[in-house]
Amino acid sequence: MAILVTPQTKVLVQGITGSFGARHTQLSIEYGTLIVAGVTPGKGGQFFEHAGKKVPIFDTVAEAMKQTGATASAVFVPPPFAADAILEGVDAGLDLVVAITEGIPVNDMVKARRAMEGKKTRLIGPNCPGIVTPGEGKDSHGGCRIGIAPGYIHKKGNIGVVSRSGTLTYEAVWQLTCRGVGQSTCVGIGGDPVNGTSHLDVIKMFNDDPETHGIIMIGEIGGSAEEEAAEWIKKNCKKPVAGFIAGATAPPGRRMGHAGAIVSGGMGTAAAKIEAFKAAGIGVAVTPSEMADTLLKMM
Amino acid sequence: MNIHEYQAKQLLAQYGVSVPPGEVCDTPEAAKKIAEGLFAKGETLVVVKSQIHAGGRGKGTFKSGFQGGVKLCKTADDVYEKAKAMLGNVLVTKQTGPEGRLVSKLLVAGAPEIKKEFYCAVLLDRASSRPIMMVSTEGGVDIEEVAEKSPEKIVKETIDPAVGMMPYQARKLAGALGLKGDLIGSAAKLLLGVYKTWWECDAAMVEINPLCIIVGSDGKETLSAVDAKVSMDDNALYRHKNIQEMRDLAEEAPLEIEASKHGLNYIKLDGSIACLVNGAGLAMSTMDIIQHFGGNPANFLDVGGGASKDQVTAAFKIILSDPSVKGILVNIFGGIMDCDVIATGIVAAVKETGLKLPLVVRLEGNNVDAGKKTLAESGLSLITGDTMADAAQKVVKAVGV
Repeated sequence: MAILVTPQTKVLVQGITGSFGARHTQLSIEYGTLIVAGVTPGKGGQFFEHAGKKVPIFDTVAEAMKQTGATASAVFVPPPFAADAILEGVDAGLDLVVAITEGIPVNDMVKARRAMEGKKTRLIGPNCPGIVTPGEGKDSHGGCRIGIAPGYIHKKGNIGVVSRSGTLTYEAVWQLTCRGVGQSTCVGIGGDPVNGTSHLDVIKMFNDDPETHGIIMIGEIGGSAEEEAAEWIKKNCKKPVAGFIAGATAPPGRRMGHAGAIVSGGMGTAAAKIEAFKAAGIGVAVTPSEMADTLLKMM
Repeated sequence: MNIHEYQAKQLLAQYGVSVPPGEVCDTPEAAKKIAEGLFAKGETLVVVKSQIHAGGRGKGTFKSGFQGGVKLCKTADDVYEKAKAMLGNVLVTKQTGPEGRLVSKLLVAGAPEIKKEFYCAVLLDRASSRPIMMVSTEGGVDIEEVAEKSPEKIVKETIDPAVGMMPYQARKLAGALGLKGDLIGSAAKLLLGVYKTWWECDAAMVEINPLCIIVGSDGKETLSAVDAKVSMDDNALYRHKNIQEMRDLAEEAPLEIEASKHGLNYIKLDGSIACLVNGAGLAMSTMDIIQHFGGNPANFLDVGGGASKDQVTAAFKIILSDPSVKGILVNIFGGIMDCDVIATGIVAAVKETGLKLPLVVRLEGNNVDAGKKTLAESGLSLITGDTMADAAQKVVKAVGV
């Protein structure tokens, strides 16, 4: 079944006409993802054309959903307008909004999260690589790719991957694929301090997904989301979990690229997270080169 | 981005937070003049405070031997002397590191009689994705120590961002501080102003330590923000022109300023192995794996998703201007980017910078074979690594740690 999205999920792209959004929409179309609509206010009625596909553009998310049956969205809208774009998708009643945009003001996300309370939409990100559910074709073609991850590194299979980081996720996925082990779904939850979906949310979905047999959880310094996930895994998770935490050598008080990757007031250290992983029976990869092998040894 | 105490107090005052009267200056003469004005208005004690982006100023030592970056004075002449001893000198505190910070600005302010010291801060609670205000009766001390030894002395109030901080919440916190009578109203007004400063300015943190009960010349007790620290959410700076202007480049590492001009995220560390990586998580874990195999990372450097040839060249130049660097590890996962384009960029950058240090390159991803071929045929004496572990071990060996 995979989680969150399947190859049948119909996807719309908010910000399809921007250069970044357009480039990755092309790659998703080439991957075989059902990109059914674009949304750019003022450009309704135009088309986004690529590889023989003609994707209609609408002024609003609601109109795009009504005309095409899209249920998920990729947000490539620039930071000052991104929270508004997310909430437009929530208001229109999308099942899933995946916000790729990096650099959204924290307070905008605080407001957006508050406004989303009680709504059915799930938000992934922001500042994330997105989601991939690999397909059955060559180089996992025919899957659902929402975001910016390279599609070809994936392989259809039974490992779930969840991570706050982009390239580190690719590293884990590629290690699996090179060992002939495929993935059910790979989810990048993003590197910002306020995000829509936590490690724990995704772990719970993987735990309930019959197609997922093992999980790789990649975390980094800052906050306590990894600890919360570990606590739940200890009590409830039926599947083997391997983990890696980035940032053991990061100096305290400095933001390491991601807005959320900061050790402050002695909180959010790599050491504390690794301790929590060990206490929960999560296999800890000592270096990022061993993420896949650590999990495979447990299975 | 961090700002100075005097700038933080300017922002707080705009939102109705009571701060001791004072002004900033950069000469002893101006310091004296401000002090004369304060004494004329009835202040009996004036404080001279070094303005640097680091704590522990009061207990710091200047490289000249002068003790203390914060001094209390009873006369304007004394203010002049103290200002002269501080300005243009380097202050070393427990937070500056041994290199210290040059003091080029002073805050000269009234030093009211302090009856009691508290702590107050507003920050984001990541677990609930809402702001929280925390207060403590333990003011004027290191709050991290309080959190560790007596966490019950820190009281937190979560703010609903849909309605903002309500007066009853401020009164609740005033009650937690043990305040009674008129002080409840004084504290509530101040705390609401602190929250408003955090929210309206898009601050990452506002910290008032100490927040004091002060005694006026008429004997009346009120609350005042005697020290203040504000850091900003960099993502939101675009909508605050006035705060952008508060940036003090002298407080930032020159290499980090240079890197930000090229869209590179660079943080200098103390080790000898430089790294150049795409993506923050991969960059952090590259530092970690260098240490795991016995080396020490010289920096964090994320070249981002694009990593053009110009960016790679700029990155090499920045890395090479750090004299402690003895070797370089390039770790690129070219997911969307063509590894051959990156390899071409690396070769060009190495030739342009005349690199002499050992260089280990680990490329993975899209069109990687062509990328490896480009590196191999470049005639450069670089070392290639197949995995992160392989590359890290090779660079550690090459610098002979």
